[in-house]
Amino acid sequence: MESLTFRHTTQKPLPGTKREAITGVVASGNLEVLLERVLAPDACEVAVETAINGYGDVWEAVVADFVARAQPGGLRISINDGGARPDTVALRLLQGVRLMEA
Amino acid sequence: MAPTDPNHARPIGDDPSSPIAPATAGRRSSAGRTGSDHRSDPVRLEMSWYEASARQRVAAFLDADTFEEFVGPTERAMSPHLPLFELPRAFDDGIVVGRGRLDGKPVLVAAQEGRFMGGAFGEVHGAKLVGLLRAALEVRPAAVLILFDTGGVRLQEANAGETAIAEAMRAITEVRAAGIPVVGLIGGRAGAYGGGGLIAGTCARLAVSESGRISVSGPEVIETNRGAEEFDSRDRALVWRTMGGKHRRLTGGADAYVADTVAAFRDAALDLIARAPAFDLATLEAEQARLEARLTRFGTCRDGADIWARLGINDAQAVPAMTDAAFTEIAAGVPEASHDAR
Amino acid sequence: MNEWRQERAARDARIAAGSAFATGKVVAAESVTDLLEAVLRPGDRVCLEGDNQKQADCLARGLAACDPSRIHDLHMVQSGIVLPEHLDVFETGVAKRLDYSYSGPQGARIAKMLYGGQIALGAVHTYLELFARYFVDLTPHVALIAGVSADRDGNLYTGPNTEDTPTVVEATHFKNGLVIAQVNEIVERVPRVDIPGDRIDFVVEADRPFYVEPLFTRDPAAMTETQILIAMMAIKGIYAEYGVKRLNHGIGFGTAAIELLLPTYGERLGLKGQIATHWALNPHPTLIPAIESGWVKQVHCFGSEVGMDRYIRERPDVFFTGSDGSLRSNRAFCQTAGLYACDMFIGATLQIDLMGHSSTVTQSRVAGFGGAPNMGSDPHGRRHPSDTWMKAGREAQTSGEPSLMRGRKLVVQLVETFGDGLVPTFVERLDAMELAKKTGLELAPVMIYADDVTHIVTEEGIANLLLCRDADEREQAIRGVAGYTPIGRGRDRAKVEDLRARGVIRRPEDLGISALDADRSLLAARSIKDLVHWSGGLYEPPAKFRNW
Repeated sequence: MESLTFRHTTQKPLPGTKREAITGVVASGNLEVLLERVLAPDACEVAVETAINGYGDVWEAVVADFVARAQPGGLRISINDGGARPDTVALRLLQGVRLMEA
Repeated sequence: MAPTDPNHARPIGDDPSSPIAPATAGRRSSAGRTGSDHRSDPVRLEMSWYEASARQRVAAFLDADTFEEFVGPTERAMSPHLPLFELPRAFDDGIVVGRGRLDGKPVLVAAQEGRFMGGAFGEVHGAKLVGLLRAALEVRPAAVLILFDTGGVRLQEANAGETAIAEAMRAITEVRAAGIPVVGLIGGRAGAYGGGGLIAGTCARLAVSESGRISVSGPEVIETNRGAEEFDSRDRALVWRTMGGKHRRLTGGADAYVADTVAAFRDAALDLIARAPAFDLATLEAEQARLEARLTRFGTCRDGADIWARLGINDAQAVPAMTDAAFTEIAAGVPEASHDAR
Repeated sequence: MNEWRQERAARDARIAAGSAFATGKVVAAESVTDLLEAVLRPGDRVCLEGDNQKQADCLARGLAACDPSRIHDLHMVQSGIVLPEHLDVFETGVAKRLDYSYSGPQGARIAKMLYGGQIALGAVHTYLELFARYFVDLTPHVALIAGVSADRDGNLYTGPNTEDTPTVVEATHFKNGLVIAQVNEIVERVPRVDIPGDRIDFVVEADRPFYVEPLFTRDPAAMTETQILIAMMAIKGIYAEYGVKRLNHGIGFGTAAIELLLPTYGERLGLKGQIATHWALNPHPTLIPAIESGWVKQVHCFGSEVGMDRYIRERPDVFFTGSDGSLRSNRAFCQTAGLYACDMFIGATLQIDLMGHSSTVTQSRVAGFGGAPNMGSDPHGRRHPSDTWMKAGREAQTSGEPSLMRGRKLVVQLVETFGDGLVPTFVERLDAMELAKKTGLELAPVMIYADDVTHIVTEEGIANLLLCRDADEREQAIRGVAGYTPIGRGRDRAKVEDLRARGVIRRPEDLGISALDADRSLLAARSIKDLVHWSGGLYEPPAKFRNW
């Protein structure tokens, strides 16, 4: 297991008022993403627990692209990962954000 | 664990954006819906039960926006054991528990996530179910619903899991003795196996879909212990003839056979709650008699299809391929299917 | 004059020797090894029919049991290395040389035996290439083939999996070779004659029905959102864009997802009748919903697929069927159709390099090619135009005399950026090159050469290589859809954005597709059971695919 935490500053807060949301399932090649609106409006933190070691730089790149694209200001995002591919991670993050914007 | 502090209970979002409509909806008759859904979302009711996650099932199954989760994911009540095995955890340990309303009636509900560790019982997972059942004695809901999707006990925390199975079975008997129906719904990919099969056997009523499976020993376990000649676990048609939804319905192992939609499970749950048996000596004796008679009558059968033939079904070989509608009609003509006591 | 008939005389001698174990042409299963030891000669070229589906397994067991002191150094010339016996003969010394096409399930073992020097490898061929050599310099002395039934005269019914049989028999029989057929049963009268009896010398009644592999069944239950997203991009960005009507699909989940999206997503885009009407394709169960929805005009098949026989019988307007009603497949003709009459090949691969070469070889597995390189190549012998072919040609070549500009076949690689176990699909250097070096092969086993590939589709987007004007653009176009693989992260971001502005790279959003819309609810069938429903109960899937 490997734990990774990424902290970013965003240009704006994520719209919406939903306090929390969860999407995805921890399974082989899949992951769950828990989103909580608990941080300052320009802060985003992504904490990852992953079953597969050694992909820290890939996670960093995926999270950086996601933050740049979604501007998820205010969110603490927690991930339990069962070995998902980067595209699946990116998709779940976007799905989670859509739930929070609802 | 204290499961039912209502101040802690708060709804947490599921993904409502992916209503999973039946794939061949355009070709199937869509006649199944009846009028009990005045508080639920028709699109989500047509979702495939098999495809849906535990959270999607709960959210779509209950009256819209009535679900309140206990010990939700933000509380991070996760397995203390899995990290020792370098295995990933889930924020809800693979089970969603809480309360909501079903056609206006207050119910408690537990839903297992069959894709996380095969829906298996670990310490936290089991405690959440046991806590929910014990809470039922105080809350006195109209029913407790267990949405099974489990391969049994989690190997990595087997002692805690086995204990939870025993506690859940005892708790179910207490809830039923208090006059509250406990109804099991089985239609997920993991089925109701191992301890999950035992708990299912303790419920007052069970509804199953074609994909649903109910058993204690799983196909691979039987093959490992008895050899592929006894049971070839890769012969999936054999697995379903032995443990699948249609077989369980025909032999009275389940009380309702339903299509693979949330709506069908919801209708069946409402129906089964209404006709749950009393939990008393007479019921138990009737159940004992039913099981003895079943053993006498079918003990020499070598295959599920032999049993169906003995039940008087003309073309027993055709049962697996039958549509839900055709099968429901056949099952209605089999008295043993409804000779259930529980 | 006698010296002109030496081969004929040798064949007569072999038949005479074999007749000791036969009643007329019929040989019992337990006499197979005796028969083979009587008719074979050391060093013979032997085709032991191993197709994609149908396997002459009884004859394979008989050959593997031959005494290597009598029968040795055979030169096996067969398309498929599929059964363990196909390699056992090399371990015992019965066989020495090998020329073949495809070795899916035996890929790991064949790699080991190549490294160990137990097999003297001629070449790994494409199907058409090997079939062609049957008529030039690899003509079999003896062919061991498989059919469903035969009569006592040897008239052979192959069943729906005709596959390679007519080609093998044509080359062997008409050049003085010997043909031995195994059949599941000897009958009074065969349902139809696929091979006339005068081309068959011996018929073996097999001890059990020949083995058939369900190679083309993809369970919709296992399809992922990523595969669906890729399929949506392919439909909108390639099928619709080029109006692709005549095509071949590979066997991966990506193309199966496309098949399942035609009646849903494709319908919504108004593409019915505009795309995907004429196919060179095995009868994929996942094509059933598109057929039932009226998308598919006709399908010619390389071979059949387990469980599809009844369905095909009831859909003769779509499939090629015999007077008996069952499918007539033919690998050589269907490969030719895929090569010359299809405007697009679309399939998956395991590795793609920076130039666009692709290979399914990894260092531990030599899977071979099968037919993909034929279908996935631009045939320079093509002379008939089509709108699809011409549009692709114009994209590749912007100047010149229009009436002298040929078109281009679309050759599309549909891949996820990471494969199983988070292994990157995009690599600096193909494993195939390492394998060639280690085994002394002159050519690395490349499945599709870079200059044939026109598009690469991943979950990140579509790279249109036709529009790339130099090697650097091509490399950046490939890096630009390679996702978070090291190749993808090594991109020049500015150049990739420039390529995107020119439409060389198209992202999902450039095509009006949101990754969030890629949902399993779009699949016309989400389980094998759904496919059975679509077929009206005619599709009979094998037990391992059932959950009912």
